[in-house]
Amino acid sequence: MSLLINRRKRRDAFHPEEPGLDASLVPMTQAVPMLPRFEIVRTSAGIVSVARGTWTVDHAAALSDELAAASSTQPAAIDASGLDSLDSTGAMLLLKALPLDASGAPDLERVNGLTPQRIALMRRVAQAVDGDSPPPMAPAALNALLANIGAAMLSILDQGRQLLGFLGLLITTWLRVLPRPARWRLTSVVHHLEQSGLNAVPIVALLSFLVGAVVAYLGATVLAQFGAGLYTVDLIGFAFLREFGGLLAAILVAGRSGSAFTAQIGAMKNREEIDALETIGLDPIEVLVLPRLAALLVALPILTFIAMMAGLLGGMAVGATSLDISPVLFISRLQESIPPQHFWVGMVKAPFFALLIALVGCLEGFKVSGSAESVGTHTTSSVVQSIFLVILLDAICAVVFMELDW
Amino acid sequence: MSAQPTCTPAADDSVIQVRGLANRFGTQVVHEGLDLDVRRGEILGVIGGSGTGKSVLMRSIVGLRRPNEGNVRVLGFDPHGSEEDRAAIERRTAVLFQEGALFSSLDVTENVEVALRQHLDLPSQLRGDIARLKIGLSGLPMDAARKLPSELSGGMKKRAGLARALALDPDILFLDEPTAGLDPVGAAQFDELILTLRDALGLTVFLITHDLDTLFTICDRVAVLAERRVLINAPLPEVIALPHPWIREYFHGPRARAAQNAHDAAGTPPA
Repeated sequence: MSLLINRRKRRDAFHPEEPGLDASLVPMTQAVPMLPRFEIVRTSAGIVSVARGTWTVDHAAALSDELAAASSTQPAAIDASGLDSLDSTGAMLLLKALPLDASGAPDLERVNGLTPQRIALMRRVAQAVDGDSPPPMAPAALNALLANIGAAMLSILDQGRQLLGFLGLLITTWLRVLPRPARWRLTSVVHHLEQSGLNAVPIVALLSFLVGAVVAYLGATVLAQFGAGLYTVDLIGFAFLREFGGLLAAILVAGRSGSAFTAQIGAMKNREEIDALETIGLDPIEVLVLPRLAALLVALPILTFIAMMAGLLGGMAVGATSLDISPVLFISRLQESIPPQHFWVGMVKAPFFALLIALVGCLEGFKVSGSAESVGTHTTSSVVQSIFLVILLDAICAVVFMELDW
Repeated sequence: MSAQPTCTPAADDSVIQVRGLANRFGTQVVHEGLDLDVRRGEILGVIGGSGTGKSVLMRSIVGLRRPNEGNVRVLGFDPHGSEEDRAAIERRTAVLFQEGALFSSLDVTENVEVALRQHLDLPSQLRGDIARLKIGLSGLPMDAARKLPSELSGGMKKRAGLARALALDPDILFLDEPTAGLDPVGAAQFDELILTLRDALGLTVFLITHDLDTLFTICDRVAVLAERRVLINAPLPEVIALPHPWIREYFHGPRARAAQNAHDAAGTPPA
């Protein structure tokens, strides 16, 4: 490697445009890239291989091909005096070409023309590659597929068990804290109420309003064919009070707050903050989980109510602007056709959705381990699981309430 | 010093030149008119109190941070210049970050292979061989080759980071506090490793450290960052002799004396 650097000592000699730097400083590139060569030469002393050129990682692929082409002949010695440069990759390849000694290791005595430094490099490299090969990566095959399916089934079962265990832990902690108001951590609860409740109001209201409008259009399209356009009001009322209000609010909160819970607790777990809490004598469940759960238990019913109202408002807006149903007619129709029990059917589910979201969000946070990637994986899993569980619970409730004729 | 006879270090054979460097964060001035030369084949220890901008200096040199003023040349290339200059520097320098900065979704072998895949078109067998060589050079056992970074201890993470840094046989190796967080035995082994790799591979090493033992055992020269510039860049005895309050405090405290005594007892004078 040639070195074309010529630094002058005097500062006034420096280039005016680049104060302080030498104008004659030329980038140090390898002078002429001399391709690595490995040739078999037959001399009177026997077969000698000649290694020349730059044996570096840049030419490793070409070098590897040269060696493979020459591998059929076993040279008595290697002449390496023509090497321009040799890095550790080149040394590794040169070692492979060497004849073996009695113990089966490459015989460093059989390479000529190496400087002491390069011999030291060869020894170091020989030492590094000596030993066991790394275990191979697991092959992707049919049994890997079956194993994945099995592992996934087991993890679903395990997840269910963990969720129930966490619920139990939460309830016992709650019962322990409940009689001691001094340990209720109201500041934390209020903070999470703001984060998960108040800050979610605009998005929940807007989304429900839009869905309400969409359902109104759908209803009008279908019902107008039977001359029953007014029943659009019934459709929106039933849909939003019983199902959509709670479902929309819960799904948004699962995406917004459930994921935040996992990420916050997961990051704390990652940085050993959870362990620090425990060593100080604080219960992480009490400090981290209960305030979040309490906040959601309050916030989600309120958000559900807001979603119901916004959905009805969306329907009302569409009714007034394009379906000839005035707001007054809309409200009176709503009052006479939908008894308040439907409102309560929707509201009663909200605390259970809140419990599910907080439970899954916090549990996934505690399951984070080690890497930063783990936080991401568990956050995704938390959102997917809580939305799945919310919809599942809602479907079960729909069937049960229907059978009970509520 | 250097393993490569074609580049025996001459007196002004510098591979890194920093001239008139200034770095500011808002109103806070970290560097002002900073000059630094790093010679080929040497291990340069960079020390300085907290907030003197050791890491900022390194980031300016490798091109991660554009300095407010001044010029930097690495192997003659400008780290903030043209695309080709930056590519040449990326290809021929490597950084070991403080926590190793291993890609957490890849195992150790894949971590080492990242740079090989990026810069070279190699058959996978050869790429695997090279990765295995670097893992061996960094002193990791082969059963660590398929482990994820989260499954490694702190010292093993640093070694894996070193293996990744060595992937393309760099000319210059930047190490940011390589022995921080290691126990004394692990730290001494890591120092030893850096020294043998420098000798075998002909590396130039830019080493940020707080570890007095590292300074005494492996550094050829020591650059002291203070008063927003390089106070002195010289072999350790000269640095220690400099009458400056921070240096006095640094090298004449009980810990420094202990490190020096241990070093003198071992009978290996600073290179």
